[in-house]
Amino acid sequence: MRARMLNEFLPPGDRDGPAILEFDEVHLSFAGIKAIDGVSFSVKAGELFAIIGPNGAGKTSIFNCISGAYHPEAGSIEFEGQTLLGLKPNKIADLGVARTFQNIELFPQLTVLDNLMLGRHQHIRYGTPAAMLRIGKASREEARNREIVEGIIEFLDIAQFRRSFVAMLPYGIQKRIELGRALAMEPTLLLLDEPTAGMNLEETEDMARFITDIRRELKIGIILVDHDMRLVMDLADRVLVIDFGKSITIGVPEEVQRNPDVIRAYLGQEHAIADQGDDQ
Amino acid sequence: MRYRPGLVADYQSDAAIFKSNVQRFWFSVLLVAVVVLGLGGTIPLIPGLVDFSLQTDLLLIGTTAMFASIGAIGLNIVTGYAGQVSLGHAFFLGIGAFTGALVGGVEVTRQVVDLDTGQFVEKTLVYGFGLDLIIWLPAAGLVAALMGLIVAPLAFRLRGLYLAFVTLGLVFLGEHVFREAKVVTGGVGVGRASGVPSLFGFRFDEPGEVFGVFLAKNQKLFFLGLGLLIVLGIAAKNMARSKVGRALAAVRDRDIAAEMMGIPLARYKMIAFVVSSFYAGVAGGLLFAVIGRVEPLSFNLLLSIEYIAMILIGGVATVSGSIMGAFFITFLPRIVKWLAGFWMFGFISDSPTGGFVNLAQMEQILFGGLIIMFLILEPLGFYGIWIRVRNYWKAWPFSY
Repeated sequence: MRARMLNEFLPPGDRDGPAILEFDEVHLSFAGIKAIDGVSFSVKAGELFAIIGPNGAGKTSIFNCISGAYHPEAGSIEFEGQTLLGLKPNKIADLGVARTFQNIELFPQLTVLDNLMLGRHQHIRYGTPAAMLRIGKASREEARNREIVEGIIEFLDIAQFRRSFVAMLPYGIQKRIELGRALAMEPTLLLLDEPTAGMNLEETEDMARFITDIRRELKIGIILVDHDMRLVMDLADRVLVIDFGKSITIGVPEEVQRNPDVIRAYLGQEHAIADQGDDQ
Repeated sequence: MRYRPGLVADYQSDAAIFKSNVQRFWFSVLLVAVVVLGLGGTIPLIPGLVDFSLQTDLLLIGTTAMFASIGAIGLNIVTGYAGQVSLGHAFFLGIGAFTGALVGGVEVTRQVVDLDTGQFVEKTLVYGFGLDLIIWLPAAGLVAALMGLIVAPLAFRLRGLYLAFVTLGLVFLGEHVFREAKVVTGGVGVGRASGVPSLFGFRFDEPGEVFGVFLAKNQKLFFLGLGLLIVLGIAAKNMARSKVGRALAAVRDRDIAAEMMGIPLARYKMIAFVVSSFYAGVAGGLLFAVIGRVEPLSFNLLLSIEYIAMILIGGVATVSGSIMGAFFITFLPRIVKWLAGFWMFGFISDSPTGGFVNLAQMEQILFGGLIIMFLILEPLGFYGIWIRVRNYWKAWPFSY
């Protein structure tokens, strides 16, 4: 059997070019501690935008602001021309923003299949009475969405785990299922929060390949947060570096790598010189 | 495909309730056995040695257990599937019972002397519209569901222990209202006649012939219970394996992640409460139609606890578990009585005062002990035991 492309069951989304997410001068603080201090960036359709920074720099806070879990005090977040501020997380998800989590947030007591079907939730159209009767529409909708989920299962190569309960699966596989669940939502913007955290080299390579394939076949906007510098620099179109909630620089990976402020933030002042020496 | 019976070849049959012909066969066997028992037949458990038949009292308990199962499925929807711990189930059962009695029960009037005119006038003590089962049973469910809709917003802001406490308040509110609203409930100690189980003139509470077979009152109610349990059980199972069931489980397991998956939390908590209360209302209306009378003090905290026990012992978040638990708890007094007949259980005395422990005490000890035992040893209840037994025999004689 021929391996199918992702865009055979998910809409390809050829919206190349215009910015889909505008994150503008956002401020967020917790009890006086500034988590996000005036960060601005925009993400274009089809672009892979990476956010890096030391631990506690505010990367996940940015994700939480976009997906509606945190409410910024100032600034604006616009997705495809519509403000996301004040919207409930489920409304933001309905608009086409999907995410994965740093600490896996799958539903442990459900099977892989059910977790992925949950990603399809907003696309499955029938009500509770139809669900109880399960004739006609409900049954057809379930089957139609199951087919799409099966495509994602095939793409991520997790067919053997289809019926396993998520809690019993290895960490790397769980990360992959979380990516699958986000894909099942047919997002226009995909937020990946440390997709390779805690993974070995092989698993990281697999994940990198999945991300590359998603980019090639779906052309959706992706924001990637990760600590694996090599992965980020290899994959990203543009990189935003933040530290203590402040934006240090935005640019293409080569620029960012040479930026002295970035090196200082990452490695500390004294290491900066030695590291630059290594590069040459 | 002709050579592969039961081969799953499409997604619809992959999501079926009974996936294999073996399951379908054994379910049919169970169903036939229950029907035979209901008709007064005898099932040979071990041919020639142990026979089993339902005596009149067992048939009555079985009927009650089937209606209780409907209530337990309801509680399992809100507490098991959606994870919203509710101690207020007795309230919804009560709403169902009294709505059923009001819409389907008989009116009680009395001749009183009007003090102004000195004439006898008709005074209504307890209202009752005496309508058909087809009207009062859905009404019992719908009014309870409406109450569920009103109560659901509590769950938007509270969860876990706090929600349990607030729903506990419902039981006390309900008890008070039931006690005071005498024109509907009949008042403490008196109660009122329940809804009459009469479907288009066919009386379930009177003996008579059905398709040429003479059925006693209890047998007719038994089959009414069986029919409704099958319909409502399948509906609940269908919901559990649908979009709605998955969303409820997601709300239970990780509500924040669920919301980011596009699941509106408030909406699904509401659905859970409404559907659960509907089941409770139907169950409440019918449970008391078996006895024929409803009494306001029946809907106390103990009743709520009993339903919690049913789903804990039967199996949380399973339909079959709810049924097993409801049967077990309903049959518990009878089981204790039966055990007392054996010499090794001679310490159970059947006199209410004498002996080491009497029947009622033993029943309470078992009730509490079993809840503790199941929570510690088998959190999935009877359902968990069943799954283990099934998996053992699936692999037999190998260990895996």
